[in-house]
Amino acid sequence: MNVESKEIKQLLQSILSAYGYDFTEYAEASVRRRMSLFMSTRKITAFPDFAHLLLRDEMIFEQFIQELSVTVTEMFRDPDFYKSLRDHVIKRLATYPFIKVWVAGCATGEEVYSIAILLKEANLLDRAVIYATDINQRSLQIAKEGVFPIDRMKQYTQNYQHSGGTESFSDYYTSKYDSVLFDKSLRKNIVFSSHNLAVDKSFNEFQLILCRNVLIYFNQQLQNKVINLFYESLCPFGILGLGNKESLLFSEKKSFFDDVDRKEKIFIKNI
Amino acid sequence: MDIDHTYEAIVIGTSAGGLSALTALLSILPSYYSLPIIIVQHRSKDHQNLLEEVLQSKCLIKIQQAEEKESILAGVVYIAPPNYHLLIERDYTFSLTSDEPVNYSRPSIDVLFESAALVYANKLIGIILTGTNRDGSEGMSVIKQYAGLTIAQDPKEAEFPAMPLAAIQAHVIEQVWQLAEIQKFLINIHADNEKR
Ligand SMILES: C[S@@+](CC[C@H](N)C(=O)[O-])C[C@H]1O[C@@H](n2cnc3c(N)ncnc32)[C@H](O)[C@@H]1O
Repeated sequence: MNVESKEIKQLLQSILSAYGYDFTEYAEASVRRRMSLFMSTRKITAFPDFAHLLLRDEMIFEQFIQELSVTVTEMFRDPDFYKSLRDHVIKRLATYPFIKVWVAGCATGEEVYSIAILLKEANLLDRAVIYATDINQRSLQIAKEGVFPIDRMKQYTQNYQHSGGTESFSDYYTSKYDSVLFDKSLRKNIVFSSHNLAVDKSFNEFQLILCRNVLIYFNQQLQNKVINLFYESLCPFGILGLGNKESLLFSEKKSFFDDVDRKEKIFIKNI
Repeated sequence: MDIDHTYEAIVIGTSAGGLSALTALLSILPSYYSLPIIIVQHRSKDHQNLLEEVLQSKCLIKIQQAEEKESILAGVVYIAPPNYHLLIERDYTFSLTSDEPVNYSRPSIDVLFESAALVYANKLIGIILTGTNRDGSEGMSVIKQYAGLTIAQDPKEAEFPAMPLAAIQAHVIEQVWQLAEIQKFLINIHADNEKR
């Protein structure tokens, strides 16, 4: 897409004023790519037309958010990460009478159900609340329903087993036609709600925060800002889990975290 | 061929057969090569660092996996990590994304090439080597559109000809060369840069 950076920045600025959604500190190369995909599926060729349409038509803008907020996810994604949670983090959580977990950028919820399963298997789910947040309303709706395509279950079962799961994975859901519904008992302590990491504040104090494959979509400044938000939202010795390729490299709070598992990007707030 | 202007970066895309082709190209480069080389090799997500380790054992030039928001430096070969797309930002840093696969591939050659073309424009060299699908053709067309130089490995020589062939048939390739010619060219642009 042959468009100056300046034009993209201007459009993001106008979106912020018109709709209150702040994408101005997203990584530009990826925003540009999503814009270009959106334009080509809708057969829009000129960037000014696209900009005009987004700002004039809120429905189109809603669709554009769907395009921009990449929802790719899976259960027990990177099984070694979950294995490390089982090995290093669960027993710390067990020392708290009441456990609060925040899954930030939860997309359609696969990660949330995975962590719920981990807690359940450690007998901790009954004294835990999982706050699952995202900016994408449609994804949150899917997450709330807990209904996923049945053809993904083979992969998820493998992931679950690689993560050290020893139960029968299919006991966690019931199948109906080509989808599965995850068990109510997993869902009862999950609160799904909308939260925008770029603009919204801290809303509680947590023993564990997971935010995986979200920071990669942000530039260094926004990554820093969001890590600050997590820092404020963690209790002393609270745990932060990031995505496989994410780090605290661009964070001014770097020295306030120690490694729990460097390879799996699991950190502990050291004060 | 006369090299009439300075190039600033090289991007390479390959899939099946890529390891031996990449080894042939990279093992002849000096440790102080004057451009960054950025590579997408289709790879399995089960082996996190194997490719980098195998290549490094055969090369002088520094080989590393591209990291999120890392600055791009001359003299380093960067390889896209398994299971993420690799993009280049205007400030010469990398972004990784976990967007949907493109051409059944993540990382995808098209995704890297398109974003590189926007940043380096006519200072970019794109090279497409042996491989089994048509990933890279779109990306090469964007490189060409921005007046970068497009090179394909001669399909007659390539272990798997489909990928260079697809790019050639899309009419977006300027030079069809065997590995030996690409090697010579890589050494020449380096020598040329050193003279400037
Ligand atoms: C690639 S998904 C990652 C899903 C899941 N965490 C995982 O690792 O599988 C990225 C998610 O980040 C969300 N996201 C993007 N910008 C956000 C923001 N400013 N605040 C909250 N969530 C955001 C997107 O809507 C999307 O659901």
